[in-house]
Amino acid sequence: MTDKSNQDEGNNVPLIDNTLIVDISDALSEKDKVKFTVHTRTTMKNFQKPEFLVVRQHEEFIWLHDRYEEDPKYAGYIIPPPPPRPNFDASREKLQRLGEGEGTMTKEEFTKMKQELEAEYLATFKKTVAMHEVFLTRLASHSVFREDSHLHVFLEYDQDLCARPKGKLQQLGGLVKSIGNTTDQYYLNATVRDVNDFFEQQMNSLTEYHNQLKEATHRTDKMTEKHKELADSYIKISGGVLQLANNDPGPLDKFLAKVSDTFERARKIESRVASDQDLKLADTLRYYMRDSQAARALLVRRLKCLVNYENANRTLEKARHKNKDIHAAEAAQSQACEQFEAISAQAKEELLDFKTRRLHAFRKSLIELAELEVKHARTQQDLLKKSVQSLRELL
Amino acid sequence: MADPVEPPPLFENVDILSDQKEDDDLFISARQEQSEPYHGAPQENLNGEADLSNLSLDDQKSELENVPISNSGTQDTLEQVEAASGDQFLDISITEPQKVGDGMGAYMAYRVTTKTNMPIFKKREFSVTRRFSDFLGLHDKLSEKYLKVGRIIPPAPEKSVIGMTKIKMSSQPEGSPSNGSDFVERRRASLERYLKRTSQHPVLVVDPDFREFLESDVELPKATSTSALSSAGVMRLFNKVGETVNKITYKMDETDPWFEDRLTHIEALETQLRKLHANVEAMVSYRKELSHLTNGVSRSAAMLSACEDHNSLSMALSHLADTEEKVEALHLEQANTDFFILCEILKDYLGLLGAVRDAFHERTKLFQHWQHSQQMLAKKREAKAKMELTNRTDKVDQAGAEVIEWEAKVERGQENFDKISKMIKTEVERFEKCRIHDFKMMFIKYLENHLNHQAQLVKYWEAFLPQAKAIA
Repeated sequence: MTDKSNQDEGNNVPLIDNTLIVDISDALSEKDKVKFTVHTRTTMKNFQKPEFLVVRQHEEFIWLHDRYEEDPKYAGYIIPPPPPRPNFDASREKLQRLGEGEGTMTKEEFTKMKQELEAEYLATFKKTVAMHEVFLTRLASHSVFREDSHLHVFLEYDQDLCARPKGKLQQLGGLVKSIGNTTDQYYLNATVRDVNDFFEQQMNSLTEYHNQLKEATHRTDKMTEKHKELADSYIKISGGVLQLANNDPGPLDKFLAKVSDTFERARKIESRVASDQDLKLADTLRYYMRDSQAARALLVRRLKCLVNYENANRTLEKARHKNKDIHAAEAAQSQACEQFEAISAQAKEELLDFKTRRLHAFRKSLIELAELEVKHARTQQDLLKKSVQSLRELL
Repeated sequence: MADPVEPPPLFENVDILSDQKEDDDLFISARQEQSEPYHGAPQENLNGEADLSNLSLDDQKSELENVPISNSGTQDTLEQVEAASGDQFLDISITEPQKVGDGMGAYMAYRVTTKTNMPIFKKREFSVTRRFSDFLGLHDKLSEKYLKVGRIIPPAPEKSVIGMTKIKMSSQPEGSPSNGSDFVERRRASLERYLKRTSQHPVLVVDPDFREFLESDVELPKATSTSALSSAGVMRLFNKVGETVNKITYKMDETDPWFEDRLTHIEALETQLRKLHANVEAMVSYRKELSHLTNGVSRSAAMLSACEDHNSLSMALSHLADTEEKVEALHLEQANTDFFILCEILKDYLGLLGAVRDAFHERTKLFQHWQHSQQMLAKKREAKAKMELTNRTDKVDQAGAEVIEWEAKVERGQENFDKISKMIKTEVERFEKCRIHDFKMMFIKYLENHLNHQAQLVKYWEAFLPQAKAIA
């Protein structure tokens, strides 16, 4: 849960203000869905009670996110990225594979492997909850977003929001929509000449940045996964050495038992190293991969505004040419201009905000990563030193 | 082997071996004195061997056998062995693996350097160039001489057709780092361990063939019998298959519980070591992959650093890339530690346990041979009795002579069997002591290496910490 605060940091709204505080107090995993209990405390007048609990599912979070995204009121803001879909398939698959390989290991080894997988499942679950919570806290702590009526409904209404039964058709619709969005982006990028170099450059670097973050996240995930696998392989080695100890009475059994114990302890440390790398490095990269995507969405919305503005200009020119509907066209043009100016100004600020937020988050996680790496390596060093010492005594 | 009357396995083997020798003209001079008397009167030869070993082992042997295999006991005897060998030392190292020749005729040559103060060597320090087949040839010579009497002969590294073909195919001269240098280093290390192990044996170390191998400046005659495709190789294969069938089918009724206990112990040890070896191998490959993936993260961090427009964050990311790169190298080093210290030694021991079983099998063969002689003796006596009953005096004499002949054979058979049993006990004691010592050293060395790597890791991340704090 520590990464919750690290995401909030750098948000321009001071956290001390407790007009709206949201957390997820409980979560329940049922078959293929997760039920989050969203807990709200508030001093805001437009809520009926100061404190309430509702049960929400992942699809409702997405629904909420989409409401923000389609509202032109928020077009100039970076909308907090939606939490990723809960996905425990990897853990389940591993558990199944472990079951299949049960015959090849001793009972203790199997139990340990199973414990590891259960711990992994629990960690994934906690992480899923934390990411849903971060999404809500970012909205709730934002001076503009927290006034949104959809958010209030989401937090307060104690029935289903009817966003849940997302049928195949709707999912398909979502897919078409997202394809539309991406083609939109490419189309806009290719056709519209930006009037402002700053934004053009920001768009390019954000795109590149996002892609690099994506790659980095992917690679870090693979690295931590392998590290975990390595740590788990110690289980079998520790087990094997112990068996050897039991078969070798006399001069070797104590010695080998000690070695086995060392491997078991080292395994726990390595396992911690892997999970801390995941928490501090991979998760930070992952969050900013999604946040940079959200920032890019803002720039795309700005480009759309620019297109509208240019179209309005053209209509106005045509109207003047034909001397017809000049007034309406002028009004539309100035409105489009205003909109574009507003979104540009807002976007500039948001990008700056994105930068500080990112800076703080990276600083915090990299420091923590380094400190934890040092700590674990030291612990392991101590463990090995002591083991070697006591093994030498057994010589 | 199928013939019921003919199967004294010992003789059969001797025949095959001597065939082999006649094929190998080059070795005739070196081996004839040995194989010839063996043919005629095996017991003399065995006696001779036993005497030889008694001479060198005499003082320890009696003590060894009296000492129970308890904790303190082994340590005592270990010291005694060390004391017996005195201040003598023999240190062998193998360096400079070099590819010689081109194409399919190419081979690897190694520099074998020996440092010693043993008086049987002419110099204190010397080195020779040997190729892989020479090592195999040495092992064959030693096994031929000593396996029959129940000694445990350290096995030579296995041939690797794939690894060697890679070397042969590579156009670069001598073990260049890119092509199969892993293979070459692995082989160099295992050859070195093989020689060291052989040199630790009190009898093998003073063997003239071993000495010649270490000392002789001339190129050793090419050991054709080691090549897999030579006629001798094929004969060996047949021989092996025959032996394996024999090993599987023949169960001797064990009279000595010591052997029964040992055999079950060795079998259990073998299973466990095999499993452990496989798991360590898995760990090695996981760590290698981890090293590779860490490299990916390092590269990604460098790319991120390049497109990060904030200065201090970009700097920190670039440092992160450096740190991850160092960590990558460290993982690789640790993987090598895993491999060379744990994995390879465990594999060696799997081979050594095979050698112990071979010695056990020799004993079984002698037992079979002895049993066969007893049966024959019984038959001959029966025949003689029949002759006497039927009063065929002309044949009684001949039958009597045969009985006497087989009586002698039975006596010799029993003698040989007793001798090999005794020898194996001594050898196994020695082997166990070495094994206990090696295992202890292996784990301590492994953990110490591991310890150093962790210390290095601490340094790397400590150096990174201020860089992370400098983000502002």
